[in-house]
Amino acid sequence: MTDFTMPALGADMEEGTLVEWMVKPGDKVKSGDVVAVIETVKGAIETEIFEEGTVGELRVKVGETVPVGTVLATIIGTSAEKAPVEPASKATEAAPESAAETEYLPAAPAPVEGVVRASPAARKLAGDLGLALAGITGSGPGGAVTLADVQAQAPTISPQTAKPGTKRGFDPDAMRRGIAAAMAKSKREIPHYYLSTRIDMTRAQQWLAEENARRRIGDRLLPLVLPLKAMALALHQVPELNGFYIDDTFTQSEKVHVGVAIALRGGGLVAPALHDVARKTLDELMHDLNDLITRARTGMLRSSEMTDPTITLSNMGETGVEDIFGIIYPPQVALVGLGKVLDRPWVEGGRIEPRPIMQVSLSADHRVSDGHRGGIFLNAFDKLMQKPEAL
Amino acid sequence: MNDASKNPTVVREILKRELSNIAPETDLDALESSADLREELDLDSFDFVRFITAVCAALDMDVPEQDYMQFSTLAQAEQYLIGRA
Repeated sequence: MTDFTMPALGADMEEGTLVEWMVKPGDKVKSGDVVAVIETVKGAIETEIFEEGTVGELRVKVGETVPVGTVLATIIGTSAEKAPVEPASKATEAAPESAAETEYLPAAPAPVEGVVRASPAARKLAGDLGLALAGITGSGPGGAVTLADVQAQAPTISPQTAKPGTKRGFDPDAMRRGIAAAMAKSKREIPHYYLSTRIDMTRAQQWLAEENARRRIGDRLLPLVLPLKAMALALHQVPELNGFYIDDTFTQSEKVHVGVAIALRGGGLVAPALHDVARKTLDELMHDLNDLITRARTGMLRSSEMTDPTITLSNMGETGVEDIFGIIYPPQVALVGLGKVLDRPWVEGGRIEPRPIMQVSLSADHRVSDGHRGGIFLNAFDKLMQKPEAL
Repeated sequence: MNDASKNPTVVREILKRELSNIAPETDLDALESSADLREELDLDSFDFVRFITAVCAALDMDVPEQDYMQFSTLAQAEQYLIGRA
């Protein structure tokens, strides 16, 4: 028998509230299944399990807030073994896997058999109102019940308590405290070094404009997918920027899961993982990025997306910022920052020309790498951005 | 392209509906038609493209990327969409 515990969905999480069980005792589960919805300061997270077996006892009730590490449920044996009525007879225990070792999971949440698809916000409101989700017709993707669907069933809710698009239970102050705790830990423990370079975006912009001119509006690429892919490929040359530093030991990650910093409406930010970026095409990255940003802003992220990022990308160019030197999100060891693309005088072949220029920065952990290696990374990134057609 | 794109009232309604999906906390009735949408509603490029894509889907039309800036304000977007109808 193994324990399914309250996971730490980020370095800043100390406790979480169980909003809904999506399994019951006796249900079979496999790695990657969503078994519970847990509310954190970053919103409600669809929480996956990373082992196979049968659900034994549910130890925490819906609505309870418990610290990270608390046993939420027991998991018995493997899928071939029997259900929880005779737990003591099973000697084999499934070894718990750490989230970092799990295989790539598709970004779109897989429907859980027998469970009504619904956004976490809709689940929570339905739970608060005592409404059965199964009795509500969903208007969301794949028939999922949305917050608006639940609100339509409960006309007495005032707009103040259930504003569309506002995550119920989302507490901006708690998120701010969480961000403060993680960033203070980073500044206290990680000896940062910072490097910056400026790269010519002429080729990238030309290629993207030509590519998008051939595409219909819904299939076009956003500029961000180019640096996203380039940074993942550049990490092949300097892999010590990609992984986790835990208990005085650095563990390099074979896959590149980029935590994309996403600002939330109304304040705060999350940086959930875009999985296995180096192996995806630009079209796949655009699709997954769309999906990730949309879910981050509606509070429908999955637990693996909160724990898997092996490096962070922070794009500050949107707000007109020219230079960014970011703070590493522990236990990661590096962060790549992008500034705004601006027309600047650029010297090439002895001539001055106006060119679209972007500042790219690297914040990295001196316990794991040195500036020389960081410089090699930025140089590789620049070279990749000069051949956008190969990304 | 469908008939809706010829009707200014319908176009304005679609523009507001799609903005409200992206920025639900905004009071769109108080939004001036000449206000810069990206600034007033704090839309990033992802939100902005999502807004244009949704409007185009509702009107069954496609717009080239170089015309995205025609969606900077409600008045401009309305004029542009009706002009293309």
